[in-house]
Amino acid sequence: MGILRSLSRQPAALFGLVIVVAVVVLALAAPLIAPFSPDDQMFDGLTLEGAPMPPGGQFLLGTDTLGRDLFSRMLFGARTSLIIGIVANGIAVSIGLFVGIVAGYLRGLPSSILMRFTDLMMAFPALLLAIVLAALLKPSLWIVAMVIALVNWVQVARIVYTETRGLVERDFIMAERSLGAGHGRILLLHILPHLVPTAIVWGTLGIATTVLLEATLSFLGIGVQPPQPSWGNIIFESQSYFQAAPWLVFFPGMVILLTALAFNLVGDALRDILDPTQRGRG
Amino acid sequence: MAFVLLRRLGQALLILLGVAAITFVLLYALPADPARMIAGRSATAQTVASIRHELGLDQPLIIQFWTYLSGLLYGDLGRSYAQKTEVWTLIVARLPATLILMAAGITVEVVLGVTFGTVAAVKRGGTVDRLVMMASFVGVSAPQFVVALLLLYVFAVTLGWFPMSGYGSFAHVVLPATTLGVLGAGWYARMVRSAMIDVLNQDYVRTARAKGLSSRRIIFRHALPNAILPIVAMIGIDIGQFMGGVVVVEAVYGWPGIGQLAWQAIQQVDIPIIMGVTLTSALAIVTGNLLADLIAPFIDPRIRTS
Repeated sequence: MGILRSLSRQPAALFGLVIVVAVVVLALAAPLIAPFSPDDQMFDGLTLEGAPMPPGGQFLLGTDTLGRDLFSRMLFGARTSLIIGIVANGIAVSIGLFVGIVAGYLRGLPSSILMRFTDLMMAFPALLLAIVLAALLKPSLWIVAMVIALVNWVQVARIVYTETRGLVERDFIMAERSLGAGHGRILLLHILPHLVPTAIVWGTLGIATTVLLEATLSFLGIGVQPPQPSWGNIIFESQSYFQAAPWLVFFPGMVILLTALAFNLVGDALRDILDPTQRGRG
Repeated sequence: MAFVLLRRLGQALLILLGVAAITFVLLYALPADPARMIAGRSATAQTVASIRHELGLDQPLIIQFWTYLSGLLYGDLGRSYAQKTEVWTLIVARLPATLILMAAGITVEVVLGVTFGTVAAVKRGGTVDRLVMMASFVGVSAPQFVVALLLLYVFAVTLGWFPMSGYGSFAHVVLPATTLGVLGAGWYARMVRSAMIDVLNQDYVRTARAKGLSSRRIIFRHALPNAILPIVAMIGIDIGQFMGGVVVVEAVYGWPGIGQLAWQAIQQVDIPIIMGVTLTSALAIVTGNLLADLIAPFIDPRIRTS
Protein backbone atom coordinates (compact mmCIF):
# COMPACT_ATOMS: atom_id res chain seq x y z
CA MET A 1 0.00 0.00 0.00
CA GLY A 2 2.96 2.26 0.65
CA ILE A 3 3.84 2.00 -3.03
CA LEU A 4 0.35 3.04 -4.09
CA ARG A 5 0.50 6.06 -1.79
CA SER A 6 3.90 7.13 -3.17
CA LEU A 7 2.57 6.67 -6.70
CA SER A 8 -0.45 8.85 -6.09
CA ARG A 9 1.77 11.65 -4.81
CA GLN A 10 3.32 12.20 -8.25
CA PRO A 11 0.87 13.82 -10.67
CA ALA A 12 2.32 12.10 -13.76
CA ALA A 13 2.28 8.68 -12.14
CA LEU A 14 -1.25 9.22 -10.85
CA PHE A 15 -2.35 10.16 -14.37
CA GLY A 16 -0.77 6.95 -15.67
CA LEU A 17 -2.32 4.86 -12.93
CA VAL A 18 -5.80 6.24 -13.60
CA ILE A 19 -5.50 5.39 -17.31
CA VAL A 20 -4.14 1.91 -16.62
CA VAL A 21 -7.04 1.19 -14.26
CA ALA A 22 -9.53 2.67 -16.75
CA VAL A 23 -8.22 0.53 -19.63
CA VAL A 24 -8.30 -2.62 -17.50
CA VAL A 25 -11.85 -1.92 -16.27
CA LEU A 26 -13.10 -1.09 -19.78
CA ALA A 27 -11.50 -4.25 -21.17
CA LEU A 28 -13.00 -6.45 -18.45
CA ALA A 29 -16.44 -4.86 -18.73
CA ALA A 30 -16.39 -4.64 -22.56
CA PRO A 31 -19.48 -6.85 -23.10
CA LEU A 32 -21.45 -4.78 -20.56
CA ILE A 33 -20.45 -1.36 -21.89
CA ALA A 34 -20.31 -1.97 -25.63
CA PRO A 35 -23.48 -0.59 -27.23
CA PHE A 36 -23.21 -3.00 -30.19
CA SER A 37 -21.59 -6.32 -30.96
CA PRO A 38 -18.03 -5.67 -32.22
CA ASP A 39 -18.55 -7.98 -35.23
CA ASP A 40 -22.01 -6.80 -36.20
CA GLN A 41 -21.93 -5.27 -39.72
CA MET A 42 -24.92 -3.02 -39.33
CA PHE A 43 -27.21 -2.10 -42.17
CA ASP A 44 -27.50 1.50 -40.89
CA GLY A 45 -23.76 1.56 -40.04
CA LEU A 46 -22.87 2.96 -43.46
CA THR A 47 -24.04 6.06 -45.27
CA LEU A 48 -26.10 5.72 -48.44
CA GLU A 49 -22.89 5.94 -50.46
CA GLY A 50 -21.43 3.08 -48.42
CA ALA A 51 -18.99 5.26 -46.48
CA PRO A 52 -18.33 4.89 -42.74
CA MET A 53 -20.46 7.04 -40.41
CA PRO A 54 -18.62 9.95 -38.75
CA PRO A 55 -18.45 10.19 -34.93
CA GLY A 56 -21.47 11.46 -33.05
CA GLY A 57 -25.12 10.53 -33.25
CA GLN A 58 -26.12 6.91 -32.87
CA PHE A 59 -22.53 5.68 -33.08
CA LEU A 60 -20.36 7.42 -30.47
CA LEU A 61 -17.07 7.20 -32.38
CA GLY A 62 -18.57 6.47 -35.78
CA THR A 63 -18.39 3.21 -37.73
CA ASP A 64 -15.67 1.46 -39.69
CA THR A 65 -15.55 0.57 -43.39
CA LEU A 66 -17.77 -2.49 -42.83
CA GLY A 67 -20.38 -0.62 -40.82
CA ARG A 68 -19.28 -1.91 -37.43
CA ASP A 69 -19.40 0.33 -34.34
CA LEU A 70 -15.89 1.70 -33.74
CA PHE A 71 -16.41 2.28 -30.01
CA SER A 72 -17.47 -1.32 -29.44
CA ARG A 73 -14.58 -2.64 -31.51
CA MET A 74 -12.11 -0.54 -29.56
CA LEU A 75 -13.50 -1.80 -26.23
CA PHE A 76 -12.97 -5.40 -27.33
CA GLY A 77 -9.63 -4.40 -28.85
CA ALA A 78 -8.52 -3.37 -25.36
CA ARG A 79 -8.95 -7.00 -24.30
CA THR A 80 -6.70 -8.19 -27.13
CA SER A 81 -4.02 -5.63 -26.32
CA LEU A 82 -4.04 -6.36 -22.60
CA ILE A 83 -4.05 -10.15 -23.02
CA ILE A 84 -1.06 -9.94 -25.35
CA GLY A 85 0.58 -7.35 -23.10
CA ILE A 86 0.29 -9.52 -20.02
CA VAL A 87 1.01 -12.91 -21.62
CA ALA A 88 3.87 -11.82 -23.87
CA ASN A 89 5.48 -9.66 -21.27
CA GLY A 90 4.97 -12.21 -18.51
CA ILE A 91 6.80 -14.78 -20.61
CA ALA A 92 9.52 -12.28 -21.57
CA VAL A 93 10.16 -11.27 -17.94
CA SER A 94 10.16 -14.91 -16.82
CA ILE A 95 12.70 -15.92 -19.49
CA GLY A 96 14.76 -12.83 -18.72
CA LEU A 97 14.73 -13.55 -14.97
CA PHE A 98 15.66 -17.19 -15.50
CA VAL A 99 18.51 -16.54 -17.93
CA GLY A 100 19.78 -13.57 -15.95
CA ILE A 101 19.78 -15.35 -12.58
CA VAL A 102 21.32 -18.54 -13.89
CA ALA A 103 24.02 -16.71 -15.85
CA GLY A 104 24.73 -14.38 -12.94
CA TYR A 105 24.90 -17.13 -10.34
CA LEU A 106 26.85 -19.73 -12.28
CA ARG A 107 30.39 -19.01 -13.22
CA GLY A 108 32.64 -20.17 -15.99
CA LEU A 109 31.52 -21.71 -19.26
CA PRO A 110 27.72 -21.99 -18.76
CA SER A 111 27.55 -18.36 -17.69
CA SER A 112 29.55 -17.05 -20.62
CA ILE A 113 27.62 -19.19 -23.10
CA LEU A 114 24.33 -17.74 -21.83
CA MET A 115 25.61 -14.18 -21.88
CA ARG A 116 27.21 -14.50 -25.35
CA PHE A 117 23.84 -15.77 -26.54
CA THR A 118 22.21 -12.69 -25.01
CA ASP A 119 24.77 -10.48 -26.79
CA LEU A 120 23.88 -12.28 -29.99
CA MET A 121 20.19 -11.55 -29.47
CA MET A 122 21.05 -7.89 -28.87
CA ALA A 123 22.56 -7.77 -32.37
CA PHE A 124 19.26 -8.93 -33.88
CA PRO A 125 17.14 -6.11 -35.24
CA ALA A 126 14.25 -6.82 -32.85
CA LEU A 127 11.39 -5.32 -34.85
CA LEU A 128 12.60 -6.91 -38.10
CA LEU A 129 12.88 -10.31 -36.41
CA ALA A 130 9.38 -9.96 -34.98
CA ILE A 131 7.99 -8.97 -38.39
CA VAL A 132 9.69 -11.90 -40.15
CA LEU A 133 8.55 -14.45 -37.56
CA ALA A 134 4.99 -13.13 -37.33
CA ALA A 135 4.64 -13.03 -41.10
CA LEU A 136 5.97 -16.51 -41.80
CA LEU A 137 4.12 -18.23 -38.97
CA LYS A 138 0.37 -18.46 -39.21
CA PRO A 139 -0.62 -15.33 -37.31
CA SER A 140 -2.87 -15.68 -34.28
CA LEU A 141 -3.14 -14.02 -30.90
CA TRP A 142 -0.88 -16.59 -29.22
CA ILE A 143 1.72 -16.62 -31.99
CA VAL A 144 1.93 -12.83 -31.75
CA ALA A 145 2.41 -13.09 -27.98
CA MET A 146 5.16 -15.72 -28.43
CA VAL A 147 6.96 -13.66 -31.07
CA ILE A 148 6.91 -10.56 -28.87
CA ALA A 149 8.15 -12.52 -25.86
CA LEU A 150 10.93 -13.99 -27.98
CA VAL A 151 12.36 -10.58 -28.89
CA ASN A 152 11.69 -8.80 -25.58
CA TRP A 153 13.33 -10.99 -22.93
CA VAL A 154 16.88 -9.94 -23.77
CA GLN A 155 16.91 -6.58 -22.00
CA VAL A 156 15.50 -8.05 -18.78
CA ALA A 157 18.11 -10.81 -18.88
CA ARG A 158 20.94 -8.29 -19.12
CA ILE A 159 19.71 -6.21 -16.17
CA VAL A 160 18.96 -9.24 -13.98
CA TYR A 161 22.39 -10.65 -14.84
CA THR A 162 24.17 -7.49 -13.66
CA GLU A 163 22.11 -7.35 -10.47
CA THR A 164 22.62 -11.02 -9.65
CA ARG A 165 26.36 -10.65 -10.24
CA GLY A 166 26.40 -7.88 -7.62
CA LEU A 167 24.23 -9.82 -5.16
CA VAL A 168 26.35 -12.97 -5.31
CA GLU A 169 29.38 -11.01 -4.10
CA ARG A 170 27.55 -9.63 -1.07
CA ASP A 171 28.40 -10.80 2.44
CA PHE A 172 24.97 -12.13 3.32
CA ILE A 173 25.13 -14.62 0.47
CA MET A 174 28.56 -15.75 1.58
CA ALA A 175 27.27 -16.06 5.15
CA GLU A 176 24.34 -18.14 3.92
CA ARG A 177 26.67 -20.35 1.95
CA SER A 178 28.97 -20.90 4.92
CA LEU A 179 25.94 -21.95 6.95
CA GLY A 180 25.57 -24.75 4.43
CA ALA A 181 22.65 -23.50 2.32
CA GLY A 182 22.25 -25.20 -1.05
CA HIS A 183 22.09 -23.45 -4.41
CA GLY A 184 18.32 -23.77 -4.62
CA ARG A 185 17.82 -22.17 -1.21
CA ILE A 186 20.18 -19.29 -1.97
CA LEU A 187 18.64 -18.63 -5.37
CA LEU A 188 15.00 -18.84 -4.36
CA LEU A 189 15.03 -17.39 -0.84
CA HIS A 190 17.88 -14.90 -0.98
CA ILE A 191 18.53 -13.77 -4.52
CA LEU A 192 15.10 -13.91 -6.13
CA PRO A 193 13.41 -11.64 -3.51
CA HIS A 194 15.98 -8.94 -4.27
CA LEU A 195 15.04 -9.06 -7.93
CA VAL A 196 11.32 -8.59 -7.35
CA PRO A 197 11.49 -4.78 -7.74
CA THR A 198 13.31 -5.18 -11.07
CA ALA A 199 10.72 -7.69 -12.22
CA ILE A 200 7.87 -5.35 -11.23
CA VAL A 201 9.42 -2.35 -12.99
CA TRP A 202 10.15 -4.28 -16.20
CA GLY A 203 6.82 -6.05 -15.96
CA THR A 204 5.18 -2.63 -16.19
CA LEU A 205 7.48 -0.87 -18.65
CA GLY A 206 7.46 -3.96 -20.86
CA ILE A 207 3.69 -3.85 -21.27
CA ALA A 208 4.08 -0.47 -23.01
CA THR A 209 6.63 -1.95 -25.43
CA THR A 210 4.44 -4.99 -25.99
CA VAL A 211 1.28 -2.98 -26.69
CA LEU A 212 3.21 -0.90 -29.24
CA LEU A 213 4.76 -3.97 -30.88
CA GLU A 214 1.42 -5.77 -31.10
CA ALA A 215 -0.17 -2.69 -32.64
CA THR A 216 2.66 -2.40 -35.16
CA LEU A 217 2.43 -6.06 -36.19
CA SER A 218 -1.35 -5.87 -36.46
CA PHE A 219 -1.07 -2.64 -38.45
CA LEU A 220 1.14 -4.46 -40.96
CA GLY A 221 -1.54 -7.15 -41.16
CA ILE A 222 0.61 -9.88 -39.60
CA GLY A 223 -0.58 -9.55 -36.01
CA VAL A 224 -3.98 -10.32 -34.59
CA GLN A 225 -6.24 -11.26 -37.51
CA PRO A 226 -9.60 -9.62 -38.20
CA PRO A 227 -12.46 -10.01 -37.39
CA GLN A 228 -11.01 -10.30 -33.87
CA PRO A 229 -10.54 -6.60 -33.06
CA SER A 230 -7.21 -5.17 -31.97
CA TRP A 231 -6.29 -1.49 -31.94
CA GLY A 232 -3.61 -2.15 -34.53
CA ASN A 233 -5.76 -4.10 -36.95
CA ILE A 234 -8.59 -1.56 -36.76
CA ILE A 235 -6.07 0.89 -38.26
CA PHE A 236 -4.84 -1.75 -40.72
CA GLU A 237 -8.39 -2.34 -41.98
CA SER A 238 -9.24 1.33 -42.40
CA GLN A 239 -5.87 2.53 -43.68
CA SER A 240 -6.93 2.75 -47.32
CA TYR A 241 -9.92 4.84 -46.26
CA PHE A 242 -8.11 7.15 -43.93
CA GLN A 243 -8.18 10.32 -46.03
CA ALA A 244 -11.96 10.24 -46.03
CA ALA A 245 -12.39 8.87 -42.51
CA PRO A 246 -9.35 9.91 -40.47
CA TRP A 247 -11.07 9.19 -37.15
CA LEU A 248 -10.81 5.47 -37.92
CA VAL A 249 -7.04 5.86 -37.61
CA PHE A 250 -6.78 8.51 -34.95
CA PHE A 251 -9.13 7.19 -32.25
CA PRO A 252 -7.39 3.81 -32.00
CA GLY A 253 -4.04 5.58 -32.46
CA MET A 254 -4.72 7.85 -29.51
CA VAL A 255 -5.76 4.92 -27.37
CA ILE A 256 -2.57 3.01 -28.21
CA LEU A 257 -0.51 6.10 -27.35
CA LEU A 258 -2.35 6.74 -24.08
CA THR A 259 -2.09 3.13 -22.95
CA ALA A 260 1.63 2.87 -23.71
CA LEU A 261 2.21 6.27 -22.09
CA ALA A 262 0.31 5.23 -18.97
CA PHE A 263 2.29 2.02 -18.50
CA ASN A 264 5.55 3.92 -19.12
CA LEU A 265 4.66 6.60 -16.55
CA VAL A 266 3.68 4.05 -13.90
CA GLY A 267 6.74 1.90 -14.61
CA ASP A 268 9.06 4.86 -14.42
CA ALA A 269 7.53 6.04 -11.14
CA LEU A 270 7.78 2.48 -9.75
CA ARG A 271 11.47 2.45 -10.64
CA ASP A 272 11.97 5.67 -8.68
CA ILE A 273 10.08 4.32 -5.68
CA LEU A 274 11.56 0.82 -5.64
CA ASP A 275 15.13 1.78 -6.51
CA PRO A 276 16.15 4.95 -4.67
CA THR A 277 19.60 4.99 -6.32
CA GLN A 278 17.97 5.77 -9.66
CA ARG A 279 15.85 8.63 -8.33
CA GLY A 280 15.91 11.81 -10.37
CA ARG A 281 17.89 10.27 -13.24
CA GLY A 282 16.44 10.17 -16.76
CA MET B 1 45.07 -0.67 -29.15
CA ALA B 2 45.63 -2.81 -32.26
CA PHE B 3 45.08 -5.93 -30.17
CA VAL B 4 41.85 -4.60 -28.68
CA LEU B 5 40.66 -3.69 -32.15
CA LEU B 6 41.41 -7.16 -33.49
CA ARG B 7 39.60 -8.78 -30.59
CA ARG B 8 36.56 -6.57 -31.09
CA LEU B 9 36.55 -7.37 -34.82
CA GLY B 10 36.73 -11.07 -34.03
CA GLN B 11 33.80 -10.79 -31.64
CA ALA B 12 31.81 -8.86 -34.23
CA LEU B 13 32.43 -11.59 -36.83
CA LEU B 14 31.35 -14.29 -34.36
CA ILE B 15 28.15 -12.39 -33.61
CA LEU B 16 27.40 -12.05 -37.32
CA LEU B 17 28.01 -15.77 -37.80
CA GLY B 18 25.62 -16.48 -34.93
CA VAL B 19 22.96 -14.18 -36.40
CA ALA B 20 23.33 -15.93 -39.76
CA ALA B 21 22.99 -19.37 -38.16
CA ILE B 22 19.94 -18.50 -36.06
CA THR B 23 18.14 -16.69 -38.89
CA PHE B 24 18.89 -19.57 -41.25
CA VAL B 25 17.52 -22.21 -38.91
CA LEU B 26 14.46 -20.10 -38.05
CA LEU B 27 13.63 -19.39 -41.67
CA TYR B 28 13.97 -22.97 -42.82
CA ALA B 29 12.23 -24.44 -39.80
CA LEU B 30 9.14 -22.30 -40.40
CA PRO B 31 6.12 -23.87 -42.06
CA ALA B 32 6.15 -21.46 -45.03
CA ASP B 33 7.38 -23.35 -48.11
CA PRO B 34 9.16 -21.14 -50.67
CA ALA B 35 8.99 -23.79 -53.41
CA ARG B 36 5.20 -24.02 -53.09
CA MET B 37 5.07 -20.21 -53.08
CA ILE B 38 6.98 -19.94 -56.36
CA ALA B 39 5.15 -22.79 -58.06
CA GLY B 40 1.77 -21.31 -57.24
CA ARG B 41 -1.33 -22.87 -55.78
CA SER B 42 -2.27 -25.09 -58.70
CA ALA B 43 1.17 -26.62 -59.36
CA THR B 44 1.57 -30.38 -59.21
CA ALA B 45 3.66 -32.03 -56.53
CA GLN B 46 6.20 -32.86 -59.25
CA THR B 47 6.70 -29.19 -60.23
CA VAL B 48 7.11 -28.22 -56.58
CA ALA B 49 9.65 -30.98 -56.09
CA SER B 50 11.66 -29.93 -59.14
CA ILE B 51 11.71 -26.30 -58.00
CA ARG B 52 12.80 -27.47 -54.56
CA HIS B 53 15.61 -29.42 -56.17
CA GLU B 54 16.61 -26.47 -58.34
CA LEU B 55 16.90 -24.20 -55.30
CA GLY B 56 18.81 -26.84 -53.37
CA LEU B 57 16.06 -26.98 -50.76
CA ASP B 58 15.96 -30.78 -50.85
CA GLN B 59 19.40 -31.06 -49.32
CA PRO B 60 20.01 -31.47 -45.58
CA LEU B 61 19.84 -28.20 -43.66
CA ILE B 62 23.47 -28.35 -42.58
CA ILE B 63 24.67 -28.63 -46.19
CA GLN B 64 22.43 -25.77 -47.28
CA PHE B 65 23.85 -23.65 -44.46
CA TRP B 66 27.39 -24.58 -45.44
CA THR B 67 26.73 -23.60 -49.06
CA TYR B 68 25.27 -20.31 -47.88
CA LEU B 69 28.22 -19.58 -45.57
CA SER B 70 30.83 -20.33 -48.19
CA GLY B 71 28.97 -17.99 -50.51
CA LEU B 72 29.08 -15.30 -47.82
CA LEU B 73 32.86 -15.52 -47.74
CA TYR B 74 32.90 -14.23 -51.31
CA GLY B 75 30.26 -11.63 -50.55
CA ASP B 76 27.61 -13.74 -52.26
CA LEU B 77 24.24 -13.47 -50.53
CA GLY B 78 22.53 -15.81 -52.98
CA ARG B 79 19.81 -15.19 -55.52
CA SER B 80 16.30 -13.91 -54.89
CA TYR B 81 13.66 -16.61 -55.50
CA ALA B 82 11.08 -14.24 -56.93
CA GLN B 83 13.20 -11.66 -58.77
CA LYS B 84 15.95 -14.04 -59.94
CA THR B 85 18.54 -11.32 -59.21
CA GLU B 86 21.55 -11.35 -56.92
CA VAL B 87 20.38 -10.36 -53.41
CA TRP B 88 23.51 -8.25 -53.07
CA THR B 89 22.57 -6.14 -56.12
CA LEU B 90 19.05 -5.62 -54.80
CA ILE B 91 20.30 -4.51 -51.40
CA VAL B 92 22.94 -2.17 -52.83
CA ALA B 93 20.30 -0.60 -55.08
CA ARG B 94 18.03 0.09 -52.10
CA LEU B 95 20.72 1.06 -49.61
CA PRO B 96 21.16 4.77 -50.52
CA ALA B 97 17.47 5.55 -49.93
CA THR B 98 17.55 3.97 -46.49
CA LEU B 99 20.86 5.60 -45.59
CA ILE B 100 19.49 9.04 -46.52
CA LEU B 101 16.42 8.41 -44.38
CA MET B 102 18.55 7.14 -41.52
CA ALA B 103 20.94 10.10 -41.65
CA ALA B 104 18.08 12.58 -41.76
CA GLY B 105 16.22 10.82 -38.95
CA ILE B 106 19.25 10.62 -36.68
CA THR B 107 20.03 14.30 -37.34
CA VAL B 108 16.51 15.29 -36.28
CA GLU B 109 16.82 13.06 -33.20
CA VAL B 110 20.16 14.39 -32.08
CA VAL B 111 19.36 18.06 -32.70
CA LEU B 112 16.02 17.88 -30.88
CA GLY B 113 17.30 15.58 -28.15
CA VAL B 114 20.44 17.54 -27.31
CA THR B 115 18.64 20.91 -27.40
CA PHE B 116 15.73 19.93 -25.21
CA GLY B 117 17.78 17.65 -22.96
CA THR B 118 20.23 20.50 -22.23
CA VAL B 119 17.49 23.03 -21.64
CA ALA B 120 15.73 20.63 -19.28
CA ALA B 121 18.92 19.95 -17.32
CA VAL B 122 19.77 23.63 -16.97
CA LYS B 123 16.24 24.50 -15.87
CA ARG B 124 16.01 21.38 -13.74
CA GLY B 125 12.79 21.08 -11.74
CA GLY B 126 11.12 24.00 -13.54
CA THR B 127 8.12 24.05 -15.82
CA VAL B 128 10.25 23.73 -18.97
CA ASP B 129 11.96 20.65 -17.55
CA ARG B 130 8.62 19.06 -16.71
CA LEU B 131 7.24 19.80 -20.16
CA VAL B 132 10.31 18.34 -21.88
CA MET B 133 10.20 15.20 -19.76
CA MET B 134 6.49 14.76 -20.42
CA ALA B 135 7.01 15.28 -24.16
CA SER B 136 9.82 12.74 -24.16
CA PHE B 137 7.51 10.23 -22.50
CA VAL B 138 4.87 10.83 -25.15
CA GLY B 139 7.58 10.43 -27.81
CA VAL B 140 8.74 7.04 -26.58
CA SER B 141 5.14 5.83 -26.13
CA ALA B 142 3.82 6.88 -29.53
CA PRO B 143 3.36 4.16 -32.16
CA GLN B 144 5.47 5.00 -35.23
CA PHE B 145 2.79 4.15 -37.76
CA VAL B 146 0.20 6.37 -36.09
CA VAL B 147 2.57 9.35 -36.03
CA ALA B 148 3.46 8.63 -39.66
CA LEU B 149 -0.21 8.62 -40.65
CA LEU B 150 -0.92 11.72 -38.55
CA LEU B 151 1.89 13.73 -40.16
CA LEU B 152 0.78 12.46 -43.55
CA TYR B 153 -2.77 13.57 -42.90
CA VAL B 154 -1.92 17.02 -41.55
CA PHE B 155 1.02 18.08 -43.71
CA ALA B 156 0.44 16.19 -46.94
CA VAL B 157 -3.32 15.65 -47.27
CA THR B 158 -4.71 18.73 -45.52
CA LEU B 159 -2.03 21.39 -45.90
CA GLY B 160 -0.37 19.96 -49.00
CA TRP B 161 3.09 21.18 -47.96
CA PHE B 162 4.82 17.87 -48.63
CA PRO B 163 4.25 15.02 -51.08
CA MET B 164 2.26 12.01 -49.84
CA SER B 165 4.87 9.46 -50.74
CA GLY B 166 7.81 8.75 -52.95
CA TYR B 167 11.45 9.56 -53.14
CA GLY B 168 13.74 11.96 -54.96
CA SER B 169 13.68 15.46 -53.45
CA PHE B 170 14.25 17.14 -50.12
CA ALA B 171 10.50 17.58 -49.61
CA HIS B 172 10.07 13.80 -49.76
CA VAL B 173 12.48 13.24 -46.87
CA VAL B 174 10.90 15.67 -44.42
CA LEU B 175 7.91 13.66 -43.20
CA PRO B 176 9.53 10.21 -42.88
CA ALA B 177 12.61 11.67 -41.22
CA THR B 178 10.45 13.68 -38.82
CA THR B 179 8.47 10.57 -37.92
CA LEU B 180 11.62 8.64 -37.10
CA GLY B 181 13.36 11.59 -35.45
CA VAL B 182 10.62 13.07 -33.25
CA LEU B 183 9.95 9.72 -31.60
CA GLY B 184 13.60 8.84 -31.05
CA ALA B 185 14.35 12.33 -29.74
CA GLY B 186 12.56 11.40 -26.50
CA TRP B 187 15.28 8.87 -25.61
CA TYR B 188 18.05 11.32 -26.46
CA ALA B 189 16.49 14.15 -24.45
CA ARG B 190 16.21 11.95 -21.37
CA MET B 191 19.75 10.72 -21.69
CA VAL B 192 21.28 14.14 -22.36
CA ARG B 193 19.34 15.60 -19.45
CA SER B 194 20.56 12.93 -17.06
CA ALA B 195 24.19 13.22 -18.28
CA MET B 196 24.08 17.02 -18.11
CA ILE B 197 22.71 16.99 -14.56
CA ASP B 198 25.61 14.76 -13.53
CA VAL B 199 28.14 17.07 -15.16
CA LEU B 200 26.58 20.29 -13.87
CA ASN B 201 26.95 18.99 -10.30
CA GLN B 202 30.69 18.45 -10.69
CA ASP B 203 33.29 20.53 -8.88
CA TYR B 204 34.88 21.97 -12.01
CA VAL B 205 31.56 23.43 -13.09
CA ARG B 206 31.26 25.09 -9.69
CA THR B 207 34.81 26.41 -10.12
CA ALA B 208 33.92 27.78 -13.53
CA ARG B 209 30.91 29.48 -12.00
CA ALA B 210 33.02 30.88 -9.16
CA LYS B 211 35.44 32.32 -11.72
CA GLY B 212 32.51 34.30 -13.00
CA LEU B 213 32.16 32.66 -16.43
CA SER B 214 28.88 33.27 -18.23
CA SER B 215 26.42 30.40 -18.02
CA ARG B 216 26.43 30.10 -21.80
CA ARG B 217 30.18 29.48 -21.75
CA ILE B 218 29.85 27.00 -18.89
CA ILE B 219 27.14 25.04 -20.65
CA PHE B 220 28.61 24.93 -24.15
CA ARG B 221 32.31 24.92 -23.40
CA HIS B 222 32.57 23.04 -20.11
CA ALA B 223 29.50 20.91 -19.54
CA LEU B 224 28.13 19.76 -22.91
CA PRO B 225 31.36 18.22 -24.29
CA ASN B 226 31.50 16.03 -21.20
CA ALA B 227 27.92 14.91 -21.60
CA ILE B 228 28.34 13.99 -25.27
CA LEU B 229 29.81 10.49 -24.75
CA PRO B 230 26.54 8.66 -24.00
CA ILE B 231 25.06 10.28 -27.10
CA VAL B 232 27.75 8.76 -29.30
CA ALA B 233 27.10 5.34 -27.77
CA MET B 234 23.40 5.86 -28.32
CA ILE B 235 23.82 6.75 -32.01
CA GLY B 236 25.75 3.51 -32.38
CA ILE B 237 22.85 1.51 -30.97
CA ASP B 238 20.34 3.58 -32.88
CA ILE B 239 21.83 2.77 -36.28
CA GLY B 240 20.86 -0.82 -35.68
CA GLN B 241 17.40 -0.20 -34.28
CA PHE B 242 16.59 2.05 -37.24
CA MET B 243 16.67 -0.91 -39.59
CA GLY B 244 13.54 -2.31 -37.95
CA GLY B 245 11.78 1.04 -37.77
CA VAL B 246 12.30 1.74 -41.46
CA VAL B 247 10.13 -1.24 -42.41
CA VAL B 248 7.09 0.53 -40.95
CA VAL B 249 7.97 4.06 -42.02
CA GLU B 250 8.98 3.03 -45.53
CA ALA B 251 5.72 1.11 -45.85
CA VAL B 252 3.61 4.15 -44.90
CA TYR B 253 5.51 6.66 -47.04
CA GLY B 254 6.27 4.36 -49.99
CA TRP B 255 9.97 4.99 -49.50
CA PRO B 256 11.94 2.66 -51.81
CA GLY B 257 14.54 1.52 -49.28
CA ILE B 258 15.68 -1.68 -47.64
CA GLY B 259 12.64 -1.77 -45.40
CA GLN B 260 10.33 -1.96 -48.40
CA LEU B 261 12.52 -4.63 -50.00
CA ALA B 262 12.31 -6.67 -46.80
CA TRP B 263 8.57 -6.21 -46.52
CA GLN B 264 7.98 -7.40 -50.11
CA ALA B 265 10.31 -10.33 -49.58
CA ILE B 266 8.56 -11.34 -46.35
CA GLN B 267 5.22 -11.47 -48.15
CA GLN B 268 6.67 -13.61 -50.95
CA VAL B 269 8.65 -15.87 -48.58
CA ASP B 270 11.73 -14.84 -50.54
CA ILE B 271 14.14 -16.29 -48.00
CA PRO B 272 17.46 -15.18 -49.56
CA ILE B 273 16.36 -11.53 -49.43
CA ILE B 274 15.09 -11.86 -45.85
CA MET B 275 18.42 -13.44 -44.88
CA GLY B 276 20.32 -10.70 -46.68
CA VAL B 277 18.40 -7.86 -45.05
CA THR B 278 18.65 -9.41 -41.58
CA LEU B 279 22.40 -9.83 -42.02
CA THR B 280 22.75 -6.27 -43.32
CA SER B 281 20.85 -5.01 -40.28
CA ALA B 282 22.94 -7.08 -37.89
CA LEU B 283 26.05 -5.79 -39.65
CA ALA B 284 24.74 -2.25 -39.13
CA ILE B 285 24.14 -2.90 -35.42
CA VAL B 286 27.56 -4.46 -34.90
CA THR B 287 29.33 -1.73 -36.89
CA GLY B 288 27.39 0.96 -35.04
CA ASN B 289 28.48 -0.38 -31.66
CA LEU B 290 32.03 -0.88 -32.86
CA LEU B 291 32.26 2.67 -34.21
CA ALA B 292 30.87 4.10 -30.97
CA ASP B 293 33.55 2.20 -29.03
CA LEU B 294 36.27 3.35 -31.40
CA ILE B 295 35.25 7.00 -31.31
CA ALA B 296 34.85 7.10 -27.52
CA PRO B 297 38.61 7.44 -26.70
CA PHE B 298 38.87 10.45 -29.01
CA ILE B 299 36.05 12.21 -27.19
CA ASP B 300 37.02 11.22 -23.66
CA PRO B 301 40.77 10.99 -23.00
CA ARG B 302 40.11 9.12 -19.74
CA ILE B 303 39.14 6.05 -21.75
CA ARG B 304 42.35 6.27 -23.79
CA THR B 305 44.65 5.89 -20.79
CA SER B 306 42.81 3.07 -19.02
